[in-house]
Amino acid sequence: MTQVSSLEEKFLQVIDAEDKIEPKDWMPEEYRKTLIRQISQHAHSEIVGMLPEGNWITRAPSLKRKLALLAKVQDEAGHGLYLYSACETLGIDRETLLEQLHTGKAKYSSIFNYPTLTWADMGAIGWLVDGAAIMNQVPLCRCSYGPYARAMVRVCKEESFHQRQGYEIMTVLAKGSAEQKAMAQDALNRWWWPSLMMFGPNDSDSTHSEMSIRWKIKRFSNDELRQRFVDMTIPQADLLGLTVPDPMLKYNEAKKGYDFGPIDWDEFWNVVKGNGPCNEERLNARVKAHENGSWVREAAAAYAQKQAQIHNISKTA
Amino acid sequence: MDQHRRKFILQWADNAMILGQRLSEWCGHGPVLEQDIALTNIALDLIGEARYLYQLLAKEEGGLVTEDDYPFLRKEQAFYNLLLVEQPNEDWAFTIVRQCIFDHFHFHFLMEMKNSADPALAAIAEKTLKEARYHLKYSSEWLIRLGDGTDESHKKMQHALHNMVKFVGEAYEPVEADVAMWQAGIGPDLTKLKDKAISDLKQVVAQSTLDWPNQQFGRTGGKNGSHSEHLGYILATMQYMQRSYPGVEW
Ligand SMILES: [Fe+2]
Ligand SMILES: [Fe+2]
Ligand SMILES: [Fe+2]
Repeated sequence: MTQVSSLEEKFLQVIDAEDKIEPKDWMPEEYRKTLIRQISQHAHSEIVGMLPEGNWITRAPSLKRKLALLAKVQDEAGHGLYLYSACETLGIDRETLLEQLHTGKAKYSSIFNYPTLTWADMGAIGWLVDGAAIMNQVPLCRCSYGPYARAMVRVCKEESFHQRQGYEIMTVLAKGSAEQKAMAQDALNRWWWPSLMMFGPNDSDSTHSEMSIRWKIKRFSNDELRQRFVDMTIPQADLLGLTVPDPMLKYNEAKKGYDFGPIDWDEFWNVVKGNGPCNEERLNARVKAHENGSWVREAAAAYAQKQAQIHNISKTA
Repeated sequence: MDQHRRKFILQWADNAMILGQRLSEWCGHGPVLEQDIALTNIALDLIGEARYLYQLLAKEEGGLVTEDDYPFLRKEQAFYNLLLVEQPNEDWAFTIVRQCIFDHFHFHFLMEMKNSADPALAAIAEKTLKEARYHLKYSSEWLIRLGDGTDESHKKMQHALHNMVKFVGEAYEPVEADVAMWQAGIGPDLTKLKDKAISDLKQVVAQSTLDWPNQQFGRTGGKNGSHSEHLGYILATMQYMQRSYPGVEW
């Protein structure tokens, strides 16, 4: 048996035994590449995801809401931080990852390319977008790669808090004035389909899935997760007295779940390819923050180096 | 309620509120992820501190108003914050300089307030002092790091300090409410506080290798409701929802 194939066999044994692969373990190059792509894409999504909600921090309607929103967006920054760290264990540094984001080489979740137009969007995003994220991410807590799995445990706890907070915003609006209720319905109308798109293409058109499932990076297919999300969310919408914008939506007794209308995949690919309503704004905002911050990062590094020198001199003296 | 005490509390609360609002503009746009998080922490602390004070006022004013009425329904001239805290973020240099100037005042102010004869105010000072001590450490370290970093950072910081120094003094200039509260044993002696706070601040500036600008004139007015043009824009944004949809719950 060749060296590589025995290593690969051992790797697959660990996977099959539901044990974790750790940074120093041997792993197939393709496994590493898949994880770097997925984790960095996830990290970028957290960071870009700060922007649409960040929009409303200065306009939040009460002190309580302002504090909660500020803390939520800060949590997303924290998620980005854990995920960049998890990604760095695979042998790539944050600077390189950020460059991939800024040059458009790396993707982030397309949902963040939609605009936040009213306060109700803070409710709809928490409820639907964080809700869909949880559906995607809970299985990742059992991902075969240790650092990613552990980061996800922490992230999922906070995401479910965000989801409840978002739903609570929707509840208040749905019970509020006619204007507030209309605002909530309008937000649901705009965020519903993009939220369903968050699970990615239909299984029949998904390119990365098979190996990811074999390696236990992914546990469920896009369509399975999407179905679960719909089944979970429709009763919540009913409870709010709001209507999901899908005339074909219907409970299917036989499958004990909802049938829903076709997703507009042209829109999906259009947004993925950069032609969504806010793609340029989001990326420009990230690039601008990074560029405006370069003198700060350089100065901090220069100062740290000076301090280290002083420290060394005093040690040797 | 005693009008001097009410105004004194609003001065304190509005400082925290307006600076917190300013800092929250950075969220998502910081120079590096760790500092984005750190600055947001300070914003959260300050808005939280303002909230304690607005809640206290709302309670004392007999439940006819809520904590939200103070930040969201007052007009410009009924805000009593320092001119310092309403100044724009501009860049990281201005933000840090503004913060460091404020934190020196804020920390020493709370140190005095925790011994206030007014137990409700002393309790709020006690609760927020630990955070303010951390803010002071954070902004002082950044002032030093950037002052003594690269040539570019030194220049930017010197420029920011040059522009902001005129806003240092207002905090320590007593207005009527400050005098009344000092005489009642509730508020601090601002002249004494000034000596401590400014000498600490000058020490940090010296350590940062920046020059303390030689400036004679200080700007005042905020504590009496006479503000810079910036406050109107802050309120236009901050109060947008409450003004557009009056009288509903969020
Ligand atoms: Fe997140
Ligand atoms: Fe996430
Ligand atoms: Fe979240």
